[in-house]
Amino acid sequence: MSPVWQAPLALGLLSIVGLLAALLADGFGDVVSWVALAIPVAVVVWYTARSR
Amino acid sequence: MALTATAVKRWYIVHKWTSLISTVFLLLLCLTGLPLIFSHEIDHALGYSVDPPELPETGEWARLDDIVADAAARRPGDAVQFVVSDADEPDLWTVILGETAAAPEASAFLSYDARSGAYLHEYPLRQGIMYILLRLHLDLFAGLPGTLFLGVMGLLLAVSLVSGAVLYGPFMRKLKFGALRRRHSGRVWWLDLHNLLGIVTLAWLLVVGITGTINTLAIPIAGYWQVTELAAMVAENPATAPYPGTGGVDRALAAARDAEPERELSFMAFPGSSFASPGHFVAFMRGPTPWTERLLKPVLIDGASGAATDSRELPWYVATLLISQPLHFGDYGGIPLKVLWAVLDLIAIVVLVSGLYLWVKRRNVTFEAQYVAEAGRHGEVA
Repeated sequence: MSPVWQAPLALGLLSIVGLLAALLADGFGDVVSWVALAIPVAVVVWYTARSR
Repeated sequence: MALTATAVKRWYIVHKWTSLISTVFLLLLCLTGLPLIFSHEIDHALGYSVDPPELPETGEWARLDDIVADAAARRPGDAVQFVVSDADEPDLWTVILGETAAAPEASAFLSYDARSGAYLHEYPLRQGIMYILLRLHLDLFAGLPGTLFLGVMGLLLAVSLVSGAVLYGPFMRKLKFGALRRRHSGRVWWLDLHNLLGIVTLAWLLVVGITGTINTLAIPIAGYWQVTELAAMVAENPATAPYPGTGGVDRALAAARDAEPERELSFMAFPGSSFASPGHFVAFMRGPTPWTERLLKPVLIDGASGAATDSRELPWYVATLLISQPLHFGDYGGIPLKVLWAVLDLIAIVVLVSGLYLWVKRRNVTFEAQYVAEAGRHGEVA
């Protein structure tokens, strides 16, 4: 796979896990969702802050 | 997947036009959706909703027949349509009334303490800032046509996201992930930001956009279920006698719990309402897990005898709608999930605004030509 797609694919899979986990299980599932969806947000913040 | 210059240009035209047509409406949806994520909390803060008082938990529950009779007495002339129980508020019953049992709009939401049966509060319908935001988000104050129009905007968003992702490949060929270049005007930086934010939030935006479009079909989906599945349940289990007009609610609830012992009531549709028949109650029972909690199971109850005569799984299209609701609202993982929903929504707003900015700031050369030239410089286009 082209290196261009490695990070987008990983972040996409994380997002899907985050979207589903809290729907499939309470408690632990909620925590998995929070962490999995916080990572794409953190990536955005990290790269944007670095370029400023 | 190597794209030819012609293919890049075509994908670019798709991306530009699907985005240009939908951007204004998507901005409106993102802006109104932001406070709507927290509508439960805002309603409480504004006093639109109340919590039941602290009471010792005795395990005793008030009679629903008494609560429904009290609600009917408070709204003489109106008919009880539904009794609703929120999974997160087990000590609360909400009685929904309408001008008639089958009226499409509710006339009152009355909440009761499920333990003492005490009347608590009337939810103010069709007023306040949250109502305005909800209508703008739901149907632009234009009813079902407005809702369906917004559904089409959701589809355009999906096409825009897919075409944008296709363009991301050739564009990033010679760039590192997350590169935000500072050179020339600020335009290149905004283009890089648009690409980074768009690709990082792609999956979330696709899911929220597609589930939003599915939600716009709620009324047609419910209508189709009513005239097919519900009609068949009623036709195969005709009412033994006309419903006497009042009472029988506790008996119906007990019958529904006996029929589905693993499940608890989500809402009870009253005889004559749009989700029941003139002679039947229908109890919509939610399951015990987060997933089955959404996938309700309808139990048909004879209004006169109180016997549960049928119960069925909902068909795939209703199940799809019911699962699409939490995935659009973000209300299934506590406050942290709602905060993440809000942040991702804000990022989506930046993607929309930066996309619009890039189009407004295009130079005399068409942006397609610039894009192809840009991709060509990175060695993609031979």
